[in-house]
Formats: sequence, structure tokens, C-alpha cells
Amino acid sequence: MRTAFSIVVLAVVAVGIGAALLAVPFGSPKTQVGDYYNEHGRAQTGAANMVTSVVVGYRAFDTLGEVTVLFVAALGLGAVLSAAGGRSGRREVQPASLVLLAGSRFLFPMITLFGAYVFLHGHLTPGGGFQGGAVVASGFLLLYLGTRGRRVNRIGSTVAESLSGLAFVVIGLIGLTVGGRYFLSNFMPTGALNTLFSAGIIPLIYIAVGFKVGSELSGVIDDLVEETA
Amino acid sequence: MSFLHDYAYYIGAFGLVLIGLLIVLTKHNLIKVIVGLSILDTGINMFLIAVGYIRNGTAPIFSRPGLEAGGMVDPVPQALVLTAIVIGVAVLALALGIAVRLHREYGTLDMRKIKELRW
Repeated sequence: MRTAFSIVVLAVVAVGIGAALLAVPFGSPKTQVGDYYNEHGRAQTGAANMVTSVVVGYRAFDTLGEVTVLFVAALGLGAVLSAAGGRSGRREVQPASLVLLAGSRFLFPMITLFGAYVFLHGHLTPGGGFQGGAVVASGFLLLYLGTRGRRVNRIGSTVAESLSGLAFVVIGLIGLTVGGRYFLSNFMPTGALNTLFSAGIIPLIYIAVGFKVGSELSGVIDDLVEETA
Repeated sequence: MSFLHDYAYYIGAFGLVLIGLLIVLTKHNLIKVIVGLSILDTGINMFLIAVGYIRNGTAPIFSRPGLEAGGMVDPVPQALVLTAIVIGVAVLALALGIAVRLHREYGTLDMRKIKELRW
């Protein structure tokens, strides 16, 4: 009964989507706004990476909303898992096998460095705060794999998360007051294209986003690890 | 053949969406349902990227001189997907957290045995 119903639902969805997509040819230009960004993004934001110029230039306010969604999801996970009172006290630290332990200690600084590289160069190369933050969090995951019972400093990660979120908003407010035009407007010189110190506030925002995403996802990992341990 | 050539990416992306939907609708194990949601999420992300593609377009990054703005793919869907992936991870973690709580409460992950989740 349930399977038959599901297949009927799937068939309806598939036919509807198929009919709609036949009118959307693959590979042809569809919007003018993308062309506009490609055409004017370099001059208006100073970033070489057009995706970045959209994410933290033209639509930075939208990105602030996305960061908030991520924050609420991480907060919700912490609330859901901790409400049951399953938090045990201090556990003993059990190292994993020597190979895993040494490997995780060896790789953790490199992964962190790579994550920092990714979010520092978000306006020049593929990448940015979200990806760099995820890379940093994967380094923390490796630390958890290397040693059971070991915890990152939750207070430190909460402070980093709060300060970076605050930095995003403060940069926006400076744009509103000093830049004088609108929230998150660019108040710094855009510099020469394709150099590290270019694109005005975009690298600053991406550094803040990198720290925020990194500490939030590390917190998510910490919550889940604590639950399973 | 030309139909397949033109629409292969759409078919692949929506194939993933339909697989995810089928898992969500038919499976009884909560973890499998969450995996289905994740597959659905991936399919939608792939679809958005495929919509933004322009034939023979390059990545929208002016990494070397000589690149023309006219020959680049649409950056807007990529910008949307970039944030959607990270948020998808966080939402997945939240869903897993709720599954953990349900298991603690009911001792099972089978949706048929959890009264309030039966449909």
C-alpha cells in the first residue's frame, strides 16, 4: 500500500519535473543577472572570483542570513542533545593506535593551514569562508578520531564563533555609517585585481565566515562525538 | 541520443532527487530516511549547478588575463549552492541529533514502532 502510494507520488513528481525541464534547455544562458555580475563584478567589487563577489559582495546580506541559519542549526543540535542530561563528567583519555595518533597530530596543523589558505584566498581562487571553515572542522574531526575522550576547548570555540559573527555585523555597520550608503557596502579600496590585498571588505568577511563556520562545525562534531562516546 | 546529450545532467540530478524521495517515502529506519534526505539535497545542488552551466563556459574566475566575461558560466547558482552545502551538513547533523534523542526515548529507530511518527 505504502510502496504503491510512494511510486505514484514519484511518478507524478517525475512527470511534472520532466515536463517543466523540457522547456529549459541545458547549457544556454538563462539569466541576465549572471552576465551582469560577470561583466561588472571586477570593477564593482574588486574580486577576481565572481562567485565570491556574488556571495560576499552583491549578496552579502543574504550570506549573513545563511550564516545565521547555520548558527541556529548548530545551536539546535546542542539543545536537542544536551537537554536529556546525557552529559557525563570528565572521561579518561584513550589514545588510538600509534599510527592514527601520530598521523592525526602530523596532519592537523597542515589541514588547519590549508583551511586558512582556502578562506584567505576566497576572492582569488575557488573556495572561501564556508569551504575553508569546513576544512578546518575536518581537522578537528581527525583529532577526535586520534584520541577518544579528548575535547576541544568549547569556551574558546564559542568565543571565536561569537566574535567572528560579531565582526561580520560590525563590518556591515561600518559600511552603513562610514561608507554611508547601505549595510555591508564596501568602504575599503578595492586594490589591484588578482592580488591578496584586494577586493576591499570581501577577504575580511570571508575570514570571519571561515572562523565562524569552522568553530560551528567543530562544535557540531563535538556534540555528536560526546553523544556516541 | 541527442536528447540524452542535451539533458544528461538534468536526468542525473533529478534521478538523485527521485531516489532520495523514494527512500524517504518507503524506508522505515530513521537513519535511512536521513540518508535519503541527504541524497535529495545533493541532487538539488547538482541540478542548480547544471542550470547555471553555459555551453563551453569557463569557471567564473578571472585567474589569468585574457578571460572574457562573456564566456563564463552563471555565478549565481554556484553562489547559492556554496552556502547550501554547508547548511545541508548542519541540518543533517540536527536531524541525526533528533534521531539520537528518539532512540534514547523509544529504544528503536523503526518509525513503525514510534507511535507519533507513524503514517
